[in-house]
Order: sequence, then structure tokens, then C-alpha cells
Amino acid sequence: MNDPASAVIDCDIHPSVPSVKTLLPYMSEFWQESFVARGIDGLDLQSYPPGAPISCRPDWRPDKGKPGTSLDAMRAQALDPFRLGVAICNTLYGGQIAVSETMGAAVCSAVNDWIAAEWLDKEPRLRASIVVPAQAPLLAAEEIERKAPDRRFVQVLMPVACEMMLGRSYYWPIYEAAVRHDLPIGLHAGSMYRYAPTSTGWPSHFLHDYVAHQQTFEDQLLSLVSNGIFVKFPTLRVVFIESGVTWLPGFIWRAIKTWRGVRAEVPWVKQSPAEIIRDRIRLTAQPLDAPPDAKSLDRIIDQIGSDEMLLFATDYPHWQFDGDEPLPPGLNPGLIRKMRHDNPLATYPRLKETLQ
Amino acid sequence: MNVALREFRATTPFAASRMGIADCDLHLGPRSIAELYPFMPARWRRHIETYGMAHRTGYADGAPAFPKSAPMAARRDAWPPDGAPPGSNLDFTRAQHLDAFNVQLGLVNPPQPSQNFMNGDLGNAVSRAMNDWQIEHLVRPEPRLRASIVVNYEDPPEAAAEIERCAAIEGCGHVLLMSRTSEPLGARRYRPIFETAAAADIPVAIHAFGFAGHPATGSGWPSFYLEDMLAHAQAFQAHLASMVFEGVFERLPGLKFVMIEGGFGWLPSLCWRLDRLWQRMRDETPHLRRLPSEYIRSQVWLTTQPMEEPEPRERVLELIEWIGWDRLLFASDYPHWDFDNPDLALPFRLDEATRRGFFRENARVVYRR
Amino acid sequence: MSMTADLLDRQPQTDARLGIIDTDIHPYMKTPRDLDPYLSARWRKYLLEYDKFVCGPYAARGTYPRFQPNTCRRDSWPPGGGLPGSDVDFIREQHLEANNIAFGVLEPLLNANIARNHDAAAAFCTAMNEWQKQTFYVPEPRLRASVLVPQDDPDAAVKEIESRAGDPAFAQIQLGSKTSEPLGRRRYWPIFAAAQANGFSIGLHIGGTQNSAPSASGWPQFYIEDHHMLVHSMQNQTASVILEGVFQAFPKLKIVLIEGGFAWGPTLAWRLDTHWKKMRDEVPQLKRPPSEYMRTNVWFATQPVEEPENPEDLRQTFEWIGWDRIVYSSDYPHWDYDDPRQAWRIKLSEAEERMILRDNALQVYNFG
Repeated sequence: MNDPASAVIDCDIHPSVPSVKTLLPYMSEFWQESFVARGIDGLDLQSYPPGAPISCRPDWRPDKGKPGTSLDAMRAQALDPFRLGVAICNTLYGGQIAVSETMGAAVCSAVNDWIAAEWLDKEPRLRASIVVPAQAPLLAAEEIERKAPDRRFVQVLMPVACEMMLGRSYYWPIYEAAVRHDLPIGLHAGSMYRYAPTSTGWPSHFLHDYVAHQQTFEDQLLSLVSNGIFVKFPTLRVVFIESGVTWLPGFIWRAIKTWRGVRAEVPWVKQSPAEIIRDRIRLTAQPLDAPPDAKSLDRIIDQIGSDEMLLFATDYPHWQFDGDEPLPPGLNPGLIRKMRHDNPLATYPRLKETLQ
Repeated sequence: MNVALREFRATTPFAASRMGIADCDLHLGPRSIAELYPFMPARWRRHIETYGMAHRTGYADGAPAFPKSAPMAARRDAWPPDGAPPGSNLDFTRAQHLDAFNVQLGLVNPPQPSQNFMNGDLGNAVSRAMNDWQIEHLVRPEPRLRASIVVNYEDPPEAAAEIERCAAIEGCGHVLLMSRTSEPLGARRYRPIFETAAAADIPVAIHAFGFAGHPATGSGWPSFYLEDMLAHAQAFQAHLASMVFEGVFERLPGLKFVMIEGGFGWLPSLCWRLDRLWQRMRDETPHLRRLPSEYIRSQVWLTTQPMEEPEPRERVLELIEWIGWDRLLFASDYPHWDFDNPDLALPFRLDEATRRGFFRENARVVYRR
Repeated sequence: MSMTADLLDRQPQTDARLGIIDTDIHPYMKTPRDLDPYLSARWRKYLLEYDKFVCGPYAARGTYPRFQPNTCRRDSWPPGGGLPGSDVDFIREQHLEANNIAFGVLEPLLNANIARNHDAAAAFCTAMNEWQKQTFYVPEPRLRASVLVPQDDPDAAVKEIESRAGDPAFAQIQLGSKTSEPLGRRRYWPIFAAAQANGFSIGLHIGGTQNSAPSASGWPQFYIEDHHMLVHSMQNQTASVILEGVFQAFPKLKIVLIEGGFAWGPTLAWRLDTHWKKMRDEVPQLKRPPSEYMRTNVWFATQPVEEPENPEDLRQTFEWIGWDRIVYSSDYPHWDYDDPRQAWRIKLSEAEERMILRDNALQVYNFG
């Protein structure tokens, strides 16, 4: 298999929940009864309609059923061909956005147990994020405590658009629990839809909805930095998953400029936002919203100003690239090596336990 | 309610000898979206199969944010023997409901929210298709039924065009809007809908639910289906206040407005509140020439389901006195789980004229076509 | 010689050699009663009782407290009294003359266009348009007004646009960057149609209505966030007008993005193109890649100018956007004002400076 010292680590892969029925065995009697008696299903996310092109690359799409539900397909289409030593499963499902705190918690717990039993137990290359009900921070913290002892869980996962800006003290219980177990927080493209999915209302097209996630990542980055989350939790790392990446330099410039002008309002932000961001934020590089030419890509990467921030990912089975090469041409080989191996290891300390 | 129904079956009087009734809220619809495909351009079929029917909500394909309390929110005995969704088998509906209760006039409100999609053009196409489907598959074979004119209310010019198109077709009852619109219904942009309907002498109805894209309360998202249901009363009140204050009723004295499945217990106190406050601040709305309650009393009707059940039950008669016996339209909400059986809905001794008005004649005033 | 050429070529009192066009100057009223002469009795009374009645938690101020009094430079308070930007003589002295401004576009941020009562919004917009013309343009023709319109009432908006067509006092139509729906949605198309038909560009300035959260994840706490997040709403509006097909339907329409930053222009273009390639069947109204519409119909005003860590990256950003798409703005008299001589930390060639400080704006605005 892979030489652990050079294993390629995929920081964003998506097993998919076939239906609520799949999760019933992992639920309490009350929830089993509720889901069955009430006929509740249809918890797939509007952020990733199963039939939409982004949700599955055409040549990976199964003839029947939802994409991402087959471990065999994942092995054949991703783990083997991309020679992945490790892949981190980020399951996107309705528990993370439920309007009910308790239903959300029940579904998230069931997903975590199901992932462990049906995916992690069966495939040693897989690791997972703990999916949590961010709509109920205390319940989310409980779930983190519950699953953290399983060292195959390497991250805490939330959608990027929640009920409040993530810098709010409301979310401290989640960060406290994550930090206690040295787990990074992963923010994934997607929305709870408590508000319109864009900052100026409801768009007509899914294409626009998807594009707009990048702006929400920027909003959250502002919130995390301005609210001093990285001051209060000095070891916390946050991973931006599926954000697009190339927006980052422009954001940093604006953040520095604004902070210089109005830093008196946020005196706890003692360091320049650029320093905080480069130290505490990581980003998966799939998609990489790249310019059409390699020279410009090189320039943007240079502007990002750190070769430690980017993490390799296939985002399987989402359709972000064609063919066998997940990364766009023209990236520096040294950077690619760091993206595939060093940066993920540094970001997800638990990976080191089995990959050194 | 299901328990009460089973008891009832043993003593059903022979249907034909019953008083004929009007039922102003029947949720009859197609078995699946595929039945609408023949009525829409191929482009939209492809769109639906690829992108789904995206509503302003978090789950794909418009799955409800607040899961229902029963599969498809239906009575468990309303699933036809062939396994089709409740309300999609016309013969079964006839036997179980239309014939059994001697429904002489039935207003169809299709169950799938087929209106406020994220993509407005999709909403226009699906609305048109739903209207054509209702005429062909419900109204033509079953003349007791009236189709709703389903419209994409967030695209008012297109909605107005669809109202005009359907006004020329026989068998349409009212224009159907869902109650969770993106703005209160008095907002200026919705005017084309009300103007066109009033000009064609077709009532406009709103029915509980839909996907507004913002929370149903003024303080954010509740957690439970129970709260989701209860919030309808607030939404209906907000729409009514808006339509009054923005002058919709003042400008369109011929408009008839029907509020479906929002309850009615809240109406008297709302009228008292609107009248009192308007008398204090009427200079902000100089276009109004009557008390809010007067507009409501002359142009608004409400359906009865879910029937208010105070304790003691006689209190509901007081409530109806305040509203006006001529304002209420009986509705069963068949085939939903909170269905109101016409034999059990109004268990009081009433004079014949009042009973007939409640169960039929008021509807005849509203639905003249 | 035409007035335009006159003003562009006049010899300045300072060492600035070009007649500069400034696409963003903020006028203010000396007192709230300055609008009264342009209002009927009904709306004067309304204004006294309800003020402008916009969306937001406070009766008399915006949601996020600013950083400087009235958000303005401390030296811009006129010696004769009144708010910064309210005294045309002081504007002339401190900015127009000092910086050789040939034309300045007024961008009132005074909430006329976002009043919740649509009749009020229409009345306030009409009144404020008259106020701009009489108070600023008439005594000082270098200052040109924006046509303010009630954004959520397209009929009234179109009426106001048509009433100002051909009036040299008005350089453009102004819209606020936060709208009730994404700006490309069909309900706003009557405004675009009227703009194109009447030869007006649209200046999309940060601001607009606060009837919904400024983010898909709610409300920020601080001005530092509020100030920066407006940039994100500008991005979203740009994505919307492109993806909904506004520029396909109105190919002559020009939109200038003001005070919303510009470093994001190229990266948003790349993102739009990347994902459009996979999902273009959802948006058949687009006949070209999204980035091309950005290239042909969108301009970016410079203030607050981006300050890359490596100053030369500013040059790269301009190149990516297109040197012909950039127009200078000062944001006078706000605290983060950009002086035309000191705004960029890179050396621009004479040709580049000419484009940014003047010639590009002449493609967008009609100062005849």
C-alpha cells in the first residue's frame, strides 16, 4: 500500500446517507418510532440536490440511487485511483440543518455511529468528521465528547451558514469541546437556510446558491477574527472546506486595511488579521476557483502568502474536476507535496497516530 | 379524529338523503410530478429531473423543514388500496368523501406546493401545468369539483397572465396563494394578482403553508411541527392587516378574499385591535375610508377547518357571532390527518338557515361560477 | 469649446495635471428640514412624525454605530457650520479645487430610497433629487446628481427615471447594494430597462435596505464586520445580475460598483466560470461565460482602494480586471477617503492614470 511517510491525504470526501431508514438502527426507540410513524424522510440538503451536476461527476454517478452511497464505488473511483492513504469523510445530511435541536442531534449522532460502523470499520483508509447539531451548541458539545474517544474522528463538522455568525459566544461550547480534544472545526459549504442563502436574498438558480457559499466563508472569517475566537481559543484551527480558495488574498488585504482603520473597536484583536488567518485557518483546495492560465494561478498562490494553508482534497463524488488529476496544472511540486501530506498531518494531529 | 371517524361509520345515514354541502378545502392532486410533465415544456422536465424542485428551504426537493406528524400529513385510512398518495385516486375520493358526505361543490387545493420555487420560471411552468392537470383530470370527469388557479405569486405579472388564461376556462374556483409569501400580501408588487382576479370576479384564496424563505415568526425559527402549525394564525393576521392598511380592499371593493386553514378564533380580537389603533394613527393611511373591520366584514371569508374547539364547546357560537355567520365556509381538509368530519364539526342545535349557510350557501355567494 | 472639455482641461491651482472625475462624493443636509421645500405638506408632516421609517432596530440611526462622527473625516466639518458635505463652498474649496475635480458624482446615502412606505419612498426620492440639483448642481455644475429611486417599487422608480432623462444635472441612477431580492431578479428589470432606454448608467453603492441579515448566517456584531461585509453583498449582486441574464437582456446597460472593493472581481469571475461550465443548462439565458459579462458591462470604483501586502499586486489586480474598467472615487468626505494623488502605492504610467482618473469614467457617464 502506501508508504506512510508520503501517503496522500484527502481532506474532503463524501459518503452519502441512502435514506433515513439506514440510520434507524442507530437511533433511540423514541426516534425510530417518530421517523417511522410520521413518515419522515427527505433530509437531503438543498445545498446539494442529489441530481445536480455538482453533486456527482457524471462518470461517477451510479445507475440507480444516490451518489456516494457505495463504499465499493468509493474505493474504485477515488481511494484506489488517486492512491489515497487516508480520506476524511464529511457526511452532509439533514441533522446538521434541522430546525429542531433534538431531531438534529438524533440524526447527527446516528450519522456518526453509522459512519463508524459502515465505513470506518470496513475501510482502514477512512477517517471522519464528527457531524454536530450546531443549532444546539450544548448538544453539539455532548456529541463531540461522545465520539472523540474514537481516534478515527479527526474533526468537528458544521455548515458554513448557520443560525448566527460563528464568532458569537453562543458557539463557545462547541469550540471548547473541540479544543479539549485537539480537533479542528471544519466549516463546509452549505447552509441551514435560516436566512436566504445569499447576503441579498433568494437567488433563482442553484448555480448562484452554490457560488454564494464563498461569500459566507468570508463573512464567517470576519466574524471569527473580529470576535476574538482565536484569542479565546489559542489552539483552535478552523478548516474551510469547499470554499474555492482564490478569494482569500483579496479578503486578507481588505481585512488588514479595515483593521488598521477601526481596530479600536476590537481591542482584543491585537495581531493583524493576516497573521491570525495564516496561523489558524486552513482551506481544502477543491474546488480551486482557478484562473484559466497557470501564471495567474501561481500569482494567486503567491498572494495567499503561506504554503501551509492549503489541503489536498478530491471532494469525491462532487464534480470539481475531470480526468485523473484533481489539481490544476502549474502548481509548484513542493507545494503539492505539502498539500497532500504535510499540511493535513499538521492540521489533523490525530492522523499522525497511524501515519508517521 | 381517526377514532371518531371509525365510530361514525357504523351510523352513517344514507348519503343521498343528507343535506348537500360545499367543501372549500380538498387536497386532491396528481400521483407524482410525472403526471404534470405532459403539461409543461420538456425543458422543465429536464430541469426538475436534474436540479429538483428547489424551494426556499433547507431540504432538497421541498421536503418540509418541520416534518409532518403523519406520512404526507394524511389520515391513515385515506391511502387508496393501490398505494397511491392520499387524494390522488378520484374514485377512492368519491367513495370515501364526495359521495359519503354529499359534497355538491368541492374546491380543490392541490397538496404539493407548486408555487414559490427558487426559480421563478419553474414556478410559472409548474403552476400552468397544475392548472391544466386539474381541469383535465379532476374537473372534467367530476363536475362537482372546482380547480384552483394555482399561480407563482412571487412573479405577479406572470401570475396575472395565468389568472386571465384560466378565467376563460370553465370550472375554476379561486386563485390559490400559499400563506408564506415573501412579503405581506398588501405589498404593492402583488397588486396585479388582486386586480386581475377582481376584474374577472374570481376570489383570491390563501392556504396555510408554502415556503417564504424566512421564518414564520418575528423572532426566528421555531423547533417543532406543532409550532409550525400554530404559526399560521399569526401569518394570516399579518396578511389581513397588510391588505387592509395597504388599501387592497379599498381599491378593489369587488375583491373576495378567502383564508383557508388558518383558523378563525383570532379574528374578532384582531378586528378590535385594528380598529382601535387605526383610529389613533389613521393619518398614516389616508387612503382608507372605512374601519378595518368593515372591510373585513364585507370582503373576507374564512374556512372552518381546523374548527375551533373551546371549552365548553358552545363558546364557539359566541365567536362566530362576533365574526358573522355569513363569513364562514365549511371545509373538511380531506384527506389530511386533522380532517373535519361535517357531521361532527358543528355539534349544536342550529336553525336550518344558519346550518345551510355554514355548510353551503355562504360558499355559493363566494363561488358564483 | 464644450463645457465638458472646458472642465476637463482647465488649469488647476495645484500640481494635479488632469481634470479628474470623482465617481463618489457624499452630500449631506445642513438640517433635516432642508428637504421640506421639495415635499408636499403631507410628507413634511410624515417626516416629522415617522422620519424615513426604514428597516432597522433604531428609530433614528442605523444598526451599526460608525467609527467617526457621521462617518466623516474630522477636517471636513465646514467652518460655517452644518454637516460635512453639506456646504457646497467648502466642498469646492477642500476637494474640487484642491484636487482639480472636473466632475463629481453625488451619492446621497440618506435613506430616501429604502423607506418602507412606498409612497413615502417615491416622495422622498423625488424631493431629494430636486434637493441635489438645486443645492449642488445649480451653484456648482461640476457636481452631478444621482437619480434616487424607490428600489422596491419599480413603477415609481421608472417614473422618476423618465422624468430625469436628458437632464444634465443627473449623471446616473443610484441603487443600494442591499436589496430585498438579489438585484438580477425579474422584479428589478423595469429599472434596468428604463436605465438603458434613457441612457443612464447605474451606480450600485454599498448600503441599501436592512430588511434582512447581511449574511447568509445572520447579523455581525461590529462595525469592522459590517463595513467589510458590504463587499460581500456587492459580490453577490454582481453574480446575480450576471447569472439572471440582465446583461444579456440589456446589453447596453452599465453598472458601476462603488465602494464595494475590487480585488474580488477576478476571483469571482473565475469562480463563476468554473461552476457555470458544469451547470450552464440551468441558466440558458446566458449566451457567454459569466466573466465576459463582467468585462463588458461592469466597472469598479477604486475607493477604498485595495492595499495588497505586496504593492505590485495592485497592478496585477488592475490587469486582471482590465485597465479600462476602473474609475476613480474619493468617497469625500468620509473618513476612509482616497486622495487621488496618494491612493495607490504603485507608480502608474501617465496613460494608466489618465484612464483611471478620467477617461474610463467618460465611457460610463454622460457629463454633457
